Amino acid sequence: MTDSSRKVLIDPLVDNNPVTLQVLGICSALAVTTSLLPALLMCVALTSVATLANGTISSIRQYIPNNIRIIVQMTIIASFVILVDQILRAYAFETSKQLSVFVGLIITNCIVLGRAEAFAMKNNVRMSLLDGLGNGLGYSAILIIVATFRELFGAGSLAGYQILPLVSDGGWYPANGLMLLPPSAFFIIGLLIWAVRTWKPKQVERADYQIHEVHRTEVL
Amino acid sequence: MPDTTEKPARSKDSVANTLIVAVALSLVCSVLVASTAILLKPVQQRNEELYRQQIILDVAGLYEPGGNIVSLFENIDTRMVDLASGNYTDEVSAEGFDAIAAAKDPELGISISVDADIANIRQRARFAPVYLVRKEDSIDQIILPVYGSGLWSTMYGFLSLAPDGSTVRGLRFYEHAETPGLGDQIDKPEWREKWVGKQVFADSDQPQIEVVRGFVTDGAQGADYQIDGISGATLTGRGVTNLVRYWTGPEGFGPFLTTLRGEAGND
Repeated sequence: MTDSSRKVLIDPLVDNNPVTLQVLGICSALAVTTSLLPALLMCVALTSVATLANGTISSIRQYIPNNIRIIVQMTIIASFVILVDQILRAYAFETSKQLSVFVGLIITNCIVLGRAEAFAMKNNVRMSLLDGLGNGLGYSAILIIVATFRELFGAGSLAGYQILPLVSDGGWYPANGLMLLPPSAFFIIGLLIWAVRTWKPKQVERADYQIHEVHRTEVL
Repeated sequence: MPDTTEKPARSKDSVANTLIVAVALSLVCSVLVASTAILLKPVQQRNEELYRQQIILDVAGLYEPGGNIVSLFENIDTRMVDLASGNYTDEVSAEGFDAIAAAKDPELGISISVDADIANIRQRARFAPVYLVRKEDSIDQIILPVYGSGLWSTMYGFLSLAPDGSTVRGLRFYEHAETPGLGDQIDKPEWREKWVGKQVFADSDQPQIEVVRGFVTDGAQGADYQIDGISGATLTGRGVTNLVRYWTGPEGFGPFLTTLRGEAGND
């Protein structure tokens, strides 16, 4: 694997993470992370859609007319999302019921369309596949971290297995109900962004503007 | 990376090429989507059927997580009922019976008059399956399929009654699209628990059961027929009231429940 292709695959994991740096795909990160299993399934679904869509769009990029390119990209993405949704309904029925509309909503996930428009339209198929895979994995990494925290502290379990015995079942751990509510995902993602930016200060954005202290005498 | 095979921009953006790409893409994508949907349909239907059976077992209190649904379901006796007469019938088979499709079928369905259509379903099948749970040769529970309009969607569920045809043993929905966080609380075990032991009928054959607004005071008049409402979900609650009343009333399983009560009295 060449350096550039490794960079395309590895970069989105931390250095250019779609969730923590670009702050995309937050909607589904809130909705499907109450427990680990649906979150994992969502990761698989999004990663495969991002990879397949990137590859397909890249392979026909020279034929896509400029003025309908977004429609073409959306059509391809939507088709893959339906494909993935149908497969999940057939082979992962229980978990797909928990994900309900969120698999379908991958269509509107900014990460997928963002990578298609920004990367796949300009790069060859191999690189585009790697980029889709990388971004899917970057999203997955964050989702899995958030879901692990939320399920462990909210329900005392991981992927359905009880790890911390709950007080309500005679154990010692009082479940933190807030963890199961959407705001907790915001807190965890916020803390993650903080952690990543402390580790890699390069990611800290420059302030858009700074309040300039004006001395009265200066104005006069 | 520079791409040497890039074609000149003009031919790609011509009207002809735009049309060709649009048409070709639509064709390919629609074939892809349609064939997946058709290929996977049998597996999905099997899942749906198993899920429905699981809900029936659950409403009957027979489901254990991880249990084999198919073998558990063998203990349940599925019979078809002619709704108008209230008697069992062999005219149609319960196997693969689809109440929604049958409702639209001119042979099997009837349309419901506007006054009687409290569940807002417009038409229904003339026949319906009932699921009988037996305990030591006598009927222990009768499970009726019920459906009707809520606020946004048609809600499909099962109602389990005791052999007296009036005491509720359980109510559970398996498909609806009510407001997440408000109307979808009808799925919550805490709320479903409130139905258990309530009476559908008072002393007439018109169902009295009702989801009220606010809370039911224990021991108050009519408390036996009332279920606590869900705050923020008044219309969903009204939908539940109406569909339960419709399906247990004279238009629905009423005649069947009357027959059943008669039989139970003779025993």
